[in-house]
Amino acid sequence: MKLGKQSIVFDHVYLGQAAVATGPKEKLGPLGSYFDQTYDDLYCGAKTWEKAEMQLMRDAIENCLTKNNIGSGEIDCFIGGDLNNQIIIGNYVMRDYDIPYLGVFGACSTSVEGLIIGAGMINGGSFNRVLAGTSSHNATSERQFRYPTEYGGQKPDTLTFTSTAAGVILLCDNATDLRLSGVTLGMVIDAKLNDPLDLGRAMAPAAFSTIEAHFRDFNTKPEDYDLIVTGDLSYYGKAMLIKLFKEINIDITDRYNDCGLLLYDRFQQEVFAGGSGCGCCAAVTYGYLLSKLRDKTYKKILVVATGALLNPVIVAQKETIPGIAHAAVIERIGE
Amino acid sequence: MIYLMAFLVGGTICALGQIILDVFKLVPIYITSLFVSLGAMFDTFGLYDKLVEKAGAGATMPISSFGHSLVHSALEKAEQVGYIGILTGIFNLTAAGIAASIIFAFFIALIFRPKG
Repeated sequence: MKLGKQSIVFDHVYLGQAAVATGPKEKLGPLGSYFDQTYDDLYCGAKTWEKAEMQLMRDAIENCLTKNNIGSGEIDCFIGGDLNNQIIIGNYVMRDYDIPYLGVFGACSTSVEGLIIGAGMINGGSFNRVLAGTSSHNATSERQFRYPTEYGGQKPDTLTFTSTAAGVILLCDNATDLRLSGVTLGMVIDAKLNDPLDLGRAMAPAAFSTIEAHFRDFNTKPEDYDLIVTGDLSYYGKAMLIKLFKEINIDITDRYNDCGLLLYDRFQQEVFAGGSGCGCCAAVTYGYLLSKLRDKTYKKILVVATGALLNPVIVAQKETIPGIAHAAVIERIGE
Repeated sequence: MIYLMAFLVGGTICALGQIILDVFKLVPIYITSLFVSLGAMFDTFGLYDKLVEKAGAGATMPISSFGHSLVHSALEKAEQVGYIGILTGIFNLTAAGIAASIIFAFFIALIFRPKG
């Protein structure tokens, strides 16, 4: 059911088990123990960075199927995307599966974008079981969006560190302990910033727009959620989002955090302003936050995946970097 | 004295680069190109040569020296063989550096693989 201007309420979309596979830095971070599979080597047993990211995605899918105790033949659709050109990770991993596939791109908002599309398919009654997944890899992203690490370009404090992680979750129509009760679709918001080394602040206005629309559409306030998380706004974008809400007299400080700041210990791990990438929001949400919902720390959370719609070619042509954010409400059923 | 001059001149060139990088938010490749161009320009009227004379490695180590070498060798060859020398002589002084970087990169790539 449509709610307000840009939201949808789902009445029978449930979350099965999710699985996360990560690289070494995420393993050593504060949430390392929440991930299903981790690698000590950034190559993840593969020969190239892209193949390493494919391995992570494959691990996440396999672990997800095993944890849900279902075969790939029982999945109606896989919705996935990543940050590489032509979203190659999903495309190539899905060669090996007999699952219908939709590739999507929303930069780092892809995880929730996948949830929205999958939930729509299930709530409409067409499909029963949908997998939504996404991945990112530090080295593929550095090359895609910045410079290869060997180039040795200087990195300012505002830069985020692309996480090496893949997360996959099962959406289904048979009741489980968690449900996806509603979503708010974001609009492309251009804050007119053009520094590719400070994406957190470029995305904060998009996160603000979506969260504000969410509160309006659902007629809720921050207190109605035990936690509000954004995907990868960084230390600087987080501060900017809090400030934007203060300007309209809403205080989110006590229940708001950012996945990129949860995934790493910013002071010990040399990740500059925090973690980023599609895998960041997916790993933290599917690995850590779902566990916290299931162990009754939280009852209802708002996950806002934030994407900087960055393309190096168009930025070199003096264009700005617009952002987008999509929000999903995940809640525990029963007390 | 030349050591002090090397430190001061080299340091000033690098500090300028850092300030431009931080203030104008240019990507690193622009800074590199900018300093190559500046070095080339300063070679006109032999300005860069005077700097090299005074500061030694302080002037030859930064990338601006690459621009200086390009123009310098092109003009030198042009004096010997005419205008065609601008084209044939441009890499005379830098050929060793360019060839060395390609050859060393090749051998390093054979032995190591990138870590990040």
